[in-house]
Order: sequence, then C-alpha cells, then structure tokens
Amino acid sequence: MNLATFIQHFLNSLTLGSLYALIAIGYTMVYGILRLINFAHSEIFMLGAYLVFWGITLFHLPWPLAIVASIILVAGMGIMVDRIAYRPLRDAPRISALISAIGVSFFLQNVAIVFFQAIPREVYRPEWLENPIIFHGVRVLPLTLFVPVLSLLLMLGLVYVVYHTKAGLGMRAISKDIETSYLMGVSVNQVIALTFGIGSALAAASGIMWALRYPQLQPIMGTIPGFKAFIAAVFGGIGSIQGAVIGGLTLGFIEIMTVAFFPDLAGYRDAFAFILLIAILLVKPTGLLGVKMEDKV
Amino acid sequence: MLEVSDLHVYYGGIHALKGISLEAARGQIVTLIGANGAGKSSTLRAISGLIKNKKGTITYKGQDITAMDPVEVVKSGIVMSPEGRRIFPHLSVEENLYLGAYSRSDKDGIERDKEWVFDLFPRLRERKNQKGGTLSGGEQQMLAVARALMSAPDVIMLDEPSLGLAPLLVNDVFKIIGLINEEQGKTVVLVEQNAFAALKIAHYAYVLETGSIVLQGTGEELINDKRIIEAYLGG
Ligand SMILES: Nc1ncnc2c1ncn2[C@@H]1O[C@H](COP(=O)(O)OP(=O)(O)O)[C@@H](O)[C@H]1O
Ligand SMILES: [Mg+2]
Repeated sequence: MNLATFIQHFLNSLTLGSLYALIAIGYTMVYGILRLINFAHSEIFMLGAYLVFWGITLFHLPWPLAIVASIILVAGMGIMVDRIAYRPLRDAPRISALISAIGVSFFLQNVAIVFFQAIPREVYRPEWLENPIIFHGVRVLPLTLFVPVLSLLLMLGLVYVVYHTKAGLGMRAISKDIETSYLMGVSVNQVIALTFGIGSALAAASGIMWALRYPQLQPIMGTIPGFKAFIAAVFGGIGSIQGAVIGGLTLGFIEIMTVAFFPDLAGYRDAFAFILLIAILLVKPTGLLGVKMEDKV
Repeated sequence: MLEVSDLHVYYGGIHALKGISLEAARGQIVTLIGANGAGKSSTLRAISGLIKNKKGTITYKGQDITAMDPVEVVKSGIVMSPEGRRIFPHLSVEENLYLGAYSRSDKDGIERDKEWVFDLFPRLRERKNQKGGTLSGGEQQMLAVARALMSAPDVIMLDEPSLGLAPLLVNDVFKIIGLINEEQGKTVVLVEQNAFAALKIAHYAYVLETGSIVLQGTGEELINDKRIIEAYLGG
C-alpha cells in the first residue's frame, strides 16, 4: 500500500468514524441523563436523511434549506418521542422505558415504510459532490473532506453548549443527580427535552451526510449504523461525550482499515464492531472513559 | 411566613407523616428534631415539592404552594439543602454555586451573591476551581449551604447539616446558621439529630415521633424539658 492509498483510507476512516460519533453522542447523552437506551435514535437518523430528499423532490426546496428544515423537524421529533414515550414512564421501572423505546423504534420504521415505501431509493447528489478531488495522487470524494470538518464543527458547538451555557450546566448536573438538580431550580424536563433535541439534530446531520456518502435511502437504513454507534458509545464509556467521539472514530478506523489491510475479511466487517464490544465489556465494563454509574432508584 | 397544616405523606402503603402542622415566622430559626425515621426529611421534602403523594396545605406568604413543583418552590423563595449534602462531585465549586442560582436570571445579583458567600466561606473561594468531590466533608457542607444561599431564598431549609462532621466543624456550621439568620434575616428551618445544638439556636422547636408532632415550644423551653432531656439529650 502506498502513501496515497493510505491517506485515502485514513480519510475514509475519519469520515465513517465521524458519522458514527455524531450518532453515538445522542445515545450517550440520553443514557447519561436517563439511563435509557433510546432505540428510536437510529430511526431519527433515518428520518433526517429521508426528510431532506423529501424536501428537495416534493417541495423543491434548495439544498441548504432542505437540510436545515430536516434537522429542525427531526430535533422536534426527538423531543416528541421523549415527551410521548419516555416522560410518562420517568418514575416507572427502567425496563418499561426500554420496552417503550423498542416500540417507538418499530413504530417509526413502519411509519417510514408507509410514507416512503420499503424499496430503497437512489439519492441524487449535486454534481460538485460527485467529482473526486485529486491532490498529489490522493483521490478523494469531496464528502470525505466535508464530513469530518462539518462533524468537528458540530461537536465544537456541542462542547460549547455543554460546558459554557446554563442549560449545559443543567445537563451535567442532571446526569449526576436529578433530584438535587430539581431542588436547585433546574427545570429538569426542559433540559431533558433540549438533550433529546440536540442528540436528534446531530443524528439527523449524520443521517443526511450518510445518505450523501452511501447514496441510498431505506427505512431500515438506521439500524446498522445505529447499532454500531451504540457500540461506539459503550466502547467509549456510555454517558461520556468524549468517549462517544473516541468510540465512533475507533470503530470507523477499525472497519475501514481491516478491510483495507485484510481484503479477505471484508465480508466480516460488521462483525468487527461486535467483537470490539465483547472485548471491551470483558476487559473494562465501563468503557474507555466511563465511570461507574450508580443505578438510579 | 411559612405554614404547614395537617400534612400527610404516603410512600406506597406507608403513612409516613400523619397530620403535621407547623409554622415558621419571618426571621426565625425553627427546628425539627426527632429520632431517625420520625419524618423530618419527609416534612422538608414535602414542602420543597419533591413529594407529590401528600395531603394537607402548605402556604407561604399567604399563597398556597402545596401543589408547586420544586422549581416553582425555589422561585417563590424557599430552598432546601438536602440530607447528605448532595453536592455535585464532578462540577467545580463555582459551578455548584451557579447551579444553586439556576432559577435566577439577574446576572449581577448572582455575581454579588457569589462574592458574598465567598466572604462567608473563604475556604470555598480558595477552592473555587476545584471539583466538589475533592473537598473535605466540612467543606462540602459549607458548599451545600452556600449553594442553597445562591438561590437568594427568604427561607432556607437545612436537612441535618451537621451529619457526619467532626465536633469542631459542627460548631462552625451552627455559627454560620446563626449568622445567616441574624445578619441576612433569613428564615431557617433546621432539621437536626444534634438536638442540643439545634435547640440552643432555635427560636421555636418541634419534636417529631413516628410521623406526628409530640411536643413543641421555644428552644429554651424544650432544652429544659424533662422529656426532651431524657429522650434526646442523654440526660
Ligand atoms: N422513599 C421512601 N420510601 C418508603 N419509605 C420511606 C421513604 N423515605 C422515607 N420513608 C419512611 O418514612 C419514614 C420517615 O422517614 P424520614 O422522613 O426520612 O425520617 P427522618 O428524616 O426523620 O429520619 C420512615 O419510616 C422511613 O422509613
Ligand atoms: Mg432524614
């Protein structure tokens, strides 16, 4: 393998890893606060992708507007999912919310089948995204550069919200001790809604970029990336945002690089993620950056 | 100022508070004493809005606050510092204080109050960038009180602030409580197992036993009451 090919693989890993990381952040933030695995998150990712192409083909929206509209709508849907399916179960045993999450996931998938039909749809990409950029022998699609940069910007925005705003302080407090946060005057439900909104917006952004990168839409398109992002979140230490990012990138690199270096194993690429999950759970059950979380009663 | 009348609290089938009535007048220190499990914390938690399964009325400044949620209660001017301090170990001292001020939006007022609590607890100023979890037990208690004060309350409810502290620190805590009451004119509702120290600084006191008030009077009266001496003061 020469340097140019390696750089191509490197950038591809970075792209895939960033997309996983953006989804993983939503899993980890919700888990950090509610100890809930939001299974509907992978459907949020899928809806983000569909809505953009719906906006473009049905309503003839220009690209940027379709993207912004989709992200806002999907963020709103994430908030609604919490409001309708999780909030009424806040004081119920945690397994109830988990079952509710699985239900919502199936429900949204079926809604997508009804509205968008089950057949995979080709994604039409703007022409300037189709032409590879060639630089000193390195041949990359523009998206391979855009995705990591855009993802980085989104993550920096997230860091700003979490560490430098009042709502972010509320999030960090709630993730440790909901009751005391409440006593201190934190509007817990509002902060939780914001968390769902932000997580969903990031998943939508990931879904949109995913659909451009692998230009096909399908109601079940969220399942595998969602699963892997969840593994990334567990690997990094569920509840930790930095962990989710590191986990996502790690998974992206493992997946692309093993296939690049061991082409014979290409058929098993999805298995690597699960091997990684089992390995980390055996060696360090709390994940890379995770701390032990006391169960909430 | 704060009035509780015929308060009942239920945990599932357990009837934990069986009709409690009490009152805290403006500027007073009122203490609730009683053995473990008597219902002291339940009383404070019901007032602060954490317990929904309750009967009775709680009025504050003439307004019925029984059905308010904790955020509304804090905004109305009553704050509670929970049992066991419950500071946020992963947040800095300063962030813990800002959290206490979460219900407020007057930036200047918040900064002013932060300086004021730093004057009150100079140790906290020295450690303002340290994580809450790295403080000693006494410092954590100071932080818990300071954090509650950051909501600019008229009424501050403290649930066993001396719990688990060395005797010297217990003194400091009671000194601070007196100070908050005298200098700032804050009304204090103090729950304590350390009955003697609590009665000494309290204007008025209630004794709880298995969910009911069995005795009440001024701090002075109760400190000399034979039943109290036998039951709580080890006399
Ligand atoms: N979350 C709870 N669930 C069930 N019972 C509780 C709960 N909290 C308190 N109790 C019961 O209510 C009674 C009063 O408790 P509490 O108010 O904590 O007393 P105190 O603060 O005086 O020690 C006790 O019998 C206790 O066991
Ligand atoms: Mg108690």
